[in-house]
Amino acid sequence: MTSVGVLDELKKLQILELLEQGKRVDGRALDEPRELVVETNAIPKANGSARVRLGDSEVICGVKIQPDRPFPDMGDKGIFICTAELLPLSDPSVETGPPGPDVIELARVVDRGIRESHMIDLSQLVIEKDKSVVGVFADNVVVDYDGNLFDACAYAATAAILSSKTPKWELKNDVPTIVEGKESEVPVTTIPVSVTMGKIGRHIIVDPNADEWVCMDARITITTDSDGNICALQKGGSDGFSLDEVIKCGEISVKVGSKIREKLKQAKAGNQ
Amino acid sequence: MGGRESELVLLDENGIRCDGRKVDEPRRIMIKAGGLKNADGSAYIEFGDNKILVGVFGPRDVHPKHMSNTDTGILRVRYHMEPFSVTERKNPAPSRREIEISKVIKEALEPAVMLDKFPRTAVDVFIEVLQADGGTRCAALSAASVALADAGIPMRDLVAACAAGKVADTVILDVNNEEDQAGQADMPIGYMPNLEKITLLQLDGVLTPEEYKKCVETGINGCKIVYDLQKKALHDKYFGNGGD
Repeated sequence: MTSVGVLDELKKLQILELLEQGKRVDGRALDEPRELVVETNAIPKANGSARVRLGDSEVICGVKIQPDRPFPDMGDKGIFICTAELLPLSDPSVETGPPGPDVIELARVVDRGIRESHMIDLSQLVIEKDKSVVGVFADNVVVDYDGNLFDACAYAATAAILSSKTPKWELKNDVPTIVEGKESEVPVTTIPVSVTMGKIGRHIIVDPNADEWVCMDARITITTDSDGNICALQKGGSDGFSLDEVIKCGEISVKVGSKIREKLKQAKAGNQ
Repeated sequence: MGGRESELVLLDENGIRCDGRKVDEPRRIMIKAGGLKNADGSAYIEFGDNKILVGVFGPRDVHPKHMSNTDTGILRVRYHMEPFSVTERKNPAPSRREIEISKVIKEALEPAVMLDKFPRTAVDVFIEVLQADGGTRCAALSAASVALADAGIPMRDLVAACAAGKVADTVILDVNNEEDQAGQADMPIGYMPNLEKITLLQLDGVLTPEEYKKCVETGINGCKIVYDLQKKALHDKYFGNGGD
């Protein structure tokens, strides 16, 4: 539960005043995300990993790839699961214990963006149909908090998947066994990019920082794929959007997303 | 999404869907205001094969006390599915999916309810899904609005909800369970028709920018159909159902 204190109210006044002049607290344009720094292979023991800074929000994502049993109705598809967790060292307000609704939503929205874009071609991750498949697990941990974890976690997971190498398995006496020397990249069909926008008053801002985050009336996270299609969306917060605003946010997410996609591609290329 | 290929024909050559509907036709919807004796407000909705019961309590004292806010009342929403509501028995403990849906429904209702008139209190909305068949969050949100109005909570507008989606490369209204599993996109929308404000919006599935726009517009049209039925339900309870 975040309660809005006196300080937040004062900050909100200042943020609103600046927005009326078309400015933001940190000097960015309204549709300008913060600087994105991507470092891949930060955790060599993982099959793929990335350490991402979006402004002062910092997330580490590690990808583990291992054989698993398929879901009962999905015997011809591999498994993809993406999680997100706020570590207690990321912010004084974070407590240990089971995740609250905010963190559950965060993890589910990040997972949905990557899943619905069909980024990973799961049909290629089958060891033997209905018996054994390959599972790709992308776990995000937030180590420093400065707002907009939706995008920070999504970029970390995407970069980590792009940098991943998967072993090859085959069944020997029903046990998945690694075939040596057959490592390959994870089969990727598209690069999803999520763009989170906040609504403060009548203004729409891209990539809200922590101060803007507490002042937002509502927010919207839109994920687009490499073809410029929209593949996942989540509205949040205690206010609504007009039809025009929703359409405009869709356009912003395609435009801003394409620049970030180039950055994520570079991270992969620089890694090889 | 990602379901298995099957012989199910989602859209035939005459533009008729797997359950016999046209592309812009919602399922059968029945909303009833009231019904529960102890709740301060309640509503029951049947939306296709979905059957959902909603009870509202409050404004009332907040427990635990630290959750209370001296500036405004708070809204709490619990969306819960009965173990017998789906094909395979569902574990009765709240799942991560239910926690997320509770949150998005809460945030969809908040713009509508005027809780600043009731500081230090809570309004609790309990949503029980008795039978589920795709689109429960929309049906639940529509019923919850009616239950809040039935409880006499001051509101700016009712929130009406309906999903739009894409099957066989065609934008459709009100996605059912089969269409959700085998279709290409599902976009639940919550909308306040008088204020022209979208308060719930989610999407999974791939849409081009043009389809995205059409989907939102189609969903809003569905919300307007639901809105009329919500008003009728309240009218029937409070002004008798003599005239149509």
